[in-house]
Amino acid sequence: MNPKWRSWLPKLAVIVIFLLPILLISPKTYITLTISGLAMGMLLFLVSSGFSLIFGFLSVLNLAHGALFAWGAYIGFSAFSFINKWTGWGGSNSIFSNILIFLLALAAAGIGVAIIGVVTERLVIRPVYGSHLFQIFITVGAMTVMEELIRIIWGPNDEPMPVPLSFIGSWDIFDVVVSKYPLIVIVIGLILYLIVFTILRRTRLGMIVRAGVENPEMVQVMGHNIYRYFTGVFAAGSALAAIGGGMWATFVKSIHPAMGGEVIVFALVVAIIGGLGSMTGSMVGALMVGLSYNYVAYLVPKGALGITMLLLVIILSIRPTGLFPEGT
Amino acid sequence: MEAHLVAEPILKVEGIHTFIGKHHILQGVSFDVYPGKVTVLLGRNGAGKTTTLRSIMGLLSPSQGTILFQNQAIHHMKSFEIARLGIGFVPEDRGLFNLLTVEENFRVAMLQEDEGSQQRLEFILDIFPDLKRFWKAKAGVLSGGQKQMLAIARPLVNRNELLLIDEPSKGLAPIAIEHLIEAIIKLKEHTMIILVEQNFYMASRLGNDFHLFDDGRTVHKGQMEELVANEELKKKYLGISG
Repeated sequence: MNPKWRSWLPKLAVIVIFLLPILLISPKTYITLTISGLAMGMLLFLVSSGFSLIFGFLSVLNLAHGALFAWGAYIGFSAFSFINKWTGWGGSNSIFSNILIFLLALAAAGIGVAIIGVVTERLVIRPVYGSHLFQIFITVGAMTVMEELIRIIWGPNDEPMPVPLSFIGSWDIFDVVVSKYPLIVIVIGLILYLIVFTILRRTRLGMIVRAGVENPEMVQVMGHNIYRYFTGVFAAGSALAAIGGGMWATFVKSIHPAMGGEVIVFALVVAIIGGLGSMTGSMVGALMVGLSYNYVAYLVPKGALGITMLLLVIILSIRPTGLFPEGT
Repeated sequence: MEAHLVAEPILKVEGIHTFIGKHHILQGVSFDVYPGKVTVLLGRNGAGKTTTLRSIMGLLSPSQGTILFQNQAIHHMKSFEIARLGIGFVPEDRGLFNLLTVEENFRVAMLQEDEGSQQRLEFILDIFPDLKRFWKAKAGVLSGGQKQMLAIARPLVNRNELLLIDEPSKGLAPIAIEHLIEAIIKLKEHTMIILVEQNFYMASRLGNDFHLFDDGRTVHKGQMEELVANEELKKKYLGISG
């Protein structure tokens, strides 16, 4: 394929997915679906970006990533319930209190799972660096253990996820019904993307991580303790998955121990479509999957999961390494 | 020779054996590197030259033998620790970060972003003016010769006393090789260099001492002028005649 067309492919793909459904769906429904699709995309970005970064930088296939997502949801659930019990902020009419308890719960999820990520990297992942086969075996094992621990600590049943009062409901904007929480998800997702993007692009730490995605051996030879960066990136990737888990649970209003397994397939697809090791790729891939899933779910409900796989096949047949190169 | 009797070697490699998987690549490599010299490692493909550099740099761990840098044992150190002692490495594939700019490549290489590094950087950019011109360009768009300049210049932003360079002329046009030789001649006044090179012309222009490798062992050593004049040695170990 002509290199000029290759560089336009990601933009073209997003434009087609974004604009084509306008021909088939009424404008008001299109806006509602688009907001849902963007929100789903942001959630998928949070989960897949961590997976993509871990694979790109550490060259580690972490199939326990879904379990980290689930742990994030459960820690967020517990933190929210605990803070709400003592402050009542979750059920308060104050938007500020609602936002504060929500952010604190997400922060607890992120920090808690980052610590779990550090332990996982040191004990489980480090011994199998360099062997993708053993990484698959050991991370599947870790995923099983983590899921069982959730059952032991929180119980095996589904739990309703509390939602801050002001996040419930919708706005009527020019006769278009817009749910509140998806908009909040889009805003938080964008902010997190900008934070991660800024760290990667504008800081020395980010520069070393981007260099390590391309050539970790060379970064080591330049005097940087690459193992510390491995641990840090694994923790950061885990934290992103955890925040995604907390936000996803609030979106679907429930948590259950196997929820990670449901989302990891999407996260893998997004990471592959976007290009493993690329933050921008994860964002673009996630938005493509989120939007296409929602449009097709409305038009052809049974085809919703199939469209994700079809996207994967089309992108990989044109661009086998994904839409964006690693490190971008 | 008289200089060797007076000066202590800055690097002493003694009897190192290195395996890659089950393959016994280095089978007793020994040589010394003296201050103020460019030491050239020569030999056919597969003789163990690159493996020797990687063993010095800690990317491969010798199973036997010792490597002393400024009288400090480094053969069991990790490569980032060895780099911090003052050894820079330019691998055969250059090891550039192609998606990062020339500036970012240098900044990643800097152990500390301080005044000393800035002064060294200015000195380096005087020797390699092309890198200043392409400062904000991604390293991947540079020409082959410019990439090699960047690969060699990059470790010099730190106070490196020893630079290991693996086959810098590989894939370069003759004019680019000439530019590279001129640049390295300026550099050798400021840092010691171990050079692995297949291009005998480049090796003979730059080298002071040489060590010949064959089947994972050092088989001959001496001063470069001796090797240039010794057709038998060149033919036997390098396949060069005339």
